[in-house]
Amino acid sequence: MKLSKEEVEHVAKLARLAVSEEEKEAFSRQLSEILTYVGKLNELDTSKVEPTSHVLDLSNIFRDDVVRESLPPADVLANAPDRENNHFRVPKIIEERE
Amino acid sequence: MVKTQIDTQYEAVIGLEVHAQLKTASKIFCGCSTKFGAGPNSQTCPICLGMPGVLPVLNRRVLEMAVKTGLALHCKISPYSRFARKNYFYPDLPKGYQISQYELPLCEQGYLETAVNGRIKRIGIHRAHMEEDAGKNLHEGLEAASHVDLNRAGVPLLEIVSEPDIRSIDEAVAYLKTLRDILVYLDVCDGNMEEGSLRCEPNLSLRPVGQKEFGTRVELKNINSFRFVQKAMEYELRRQEKVLREGGRIAQETRLWNTEKEITVVMRSKEEAHDYRYFPEPDLVPLMIPEDLIEEVRNGLPELPDAKRERFVREYEIPIYDAEVLTISKDLAHYFEACVAIYPQPKTVSNWIMTELLRELNNSGQEIADCPIPPERFAGLLKLIEDGTISGKIAKTVFEEMYRTGRSPEEIVKEKGLVQISDAGAIEVLIEDVLAAHPNERESYRQGKTQLLGFFVGQVMKRSQGKANPGKVNELLKKKLSA
Repeated sequence: MKLSKEEVEHVAKLARLAVSEEEKEAFSRQLSEILTYVGKLNELDTSKVEPTSHVLDLSNIFRDDVVRESLPPADVLANAPDRENNHFRVPKIIEERE
Repeated sequence: MVKTQIDTQYEAVIGLEVHAQLKTASKIFCGCSTKFGAGPNSQTCPICLGMPGVLPVLNRRVLEMAVKTGLALHCKISPYSRFARKNYFYPDLPKGYQISQYELPLCEQGYLETAVNGRIKRIGIHRAHMEEDAGKNLHEGLEAASHVDLNRAGVPLLEIVSEPDIRSIDEAVAYLKTLRDILVYLDVCDGNMEEGSLRCEPNLSLRPVGQKEFGTRVELKNINSFRFVQKAMEYELRRQEKVLREGGRIAQETRLWNTEKEITVVMRSKEEAHDYRYFPEPDLVPLMIPEDLIEEVRNGLPELPDAKRERFVREYEIPIYDAEVLTISKDLAHYFEACVAIYPQPKTVSNWIMTELLRELNNSGQEIADCPIPPERFAGLLKLIEDGTISGKIAKTVFEEMYRTGRSPEEIVKEKGLVQISDAGAIEVLIEDVLAAHPNERESYRQGKTQLLGFFVGQVMKRSQGKANPGKVNELLKKKLSA
């Protein structure tokens, strides 16, 4: 299975990764190899196998609707690169364009 | 050659995506409070902050409320359902993905019915699924930065997606109102658009009347009140029609409603089309919804607005209009029934609620739940009219006084001396006075101008300060005038 350079660019963009031209070439080759390897599974006939989305044989695990104490805002923000008035401070989000 | 679009008649095709915040005490996957208005980032924990290594666990109430809503919307409840990760980056999304449902949503293939211009329209529900809310971004008054408050991250939502069955803005508004009524009746959502507990994202397109295929659709976001839902849709349909008439094409895009300018502007264009790379959420186990649980919830469903309206018309024999007004809220309907239980004259009760009570509530900006007049006293007042203690006119004054002071009608009537005068002797004295004061009118009446009777009745009522029994006045006046 071949992963094109454009597909590598698209996936990198979705993952917010900056990749150089050489990396794009290298990743395209490497990811293609990985996909081909995993693609071996397609050789198996799975038409009679139930799809597995979870490896655990569990279902219906719930918690009761009970409020528990939250973290103090100081702790919440402790790892934030920037903060202001108990908010996370992030670069200006532009939501509009005309 | 550009084909002329001038004569084309367009038809709207609308679908609504509604996010309803479920009324739980704690968040969907952790124990943080969902209370609105707390200090920024004071209701967060490692789970809703998306710290590595934490494990979300589903709040049982969320599932119960979602099943309940699904059943009320005539949906099929999937016996097997699971959560999925929706991957995207945004500052208000701490984990880099939203836990939502994709394949195997909890509720599918339902419908709701709503009255539009006197006709019942059935609108399909494509699906309804559970998901977590994102945080809140704040930009106001900030120059170079935005602020993020994650209190809302992880608050439970039910996303309810309609089929594109809606053909006009009236229908869209009716759908939304009916849906809100149902959610509020079910007690699963408070329905408050301004606080964001109910959000609506319409998608709209136009097509020439008669065409089967849908046109290119535009999705609207950032609408935060019922009034603006309507305005935003009106603006957007006008905009699309203009583009089409000028021979242009509609771009498939998301547009934001701008409340100040009352226009829609492009948000994301197609080249960044959604690529959410959904996959089953490995941290949450699947849901198996047993048939008996579904039946249990179904049996526990409260009476919904439509059913209540029909029952009111049938059981109380009141007009449809009255039934519609009285079932606007569950509390108002309950108030009406409580009054009728004590004073079993439904139409009289309905009239008094729709005019006097709703006016007072409206003037004071109060909800029926805050009404200072309990049903017993409301019914008590109507009894005083029926047994002739006070006139209907005086009763209105007493009602205002009751509303203002919360006192009983008997007390007010007694204290202010408002008891109706039904005694023939006392009324005759008033009549004598009036006739003596208007000899000309009396003469005209005698010569056949009998329509003056109303004038005399009015004069007598005035003289009695509204306390005379109007029926008695009428009767005695006629007798006196024709003597």
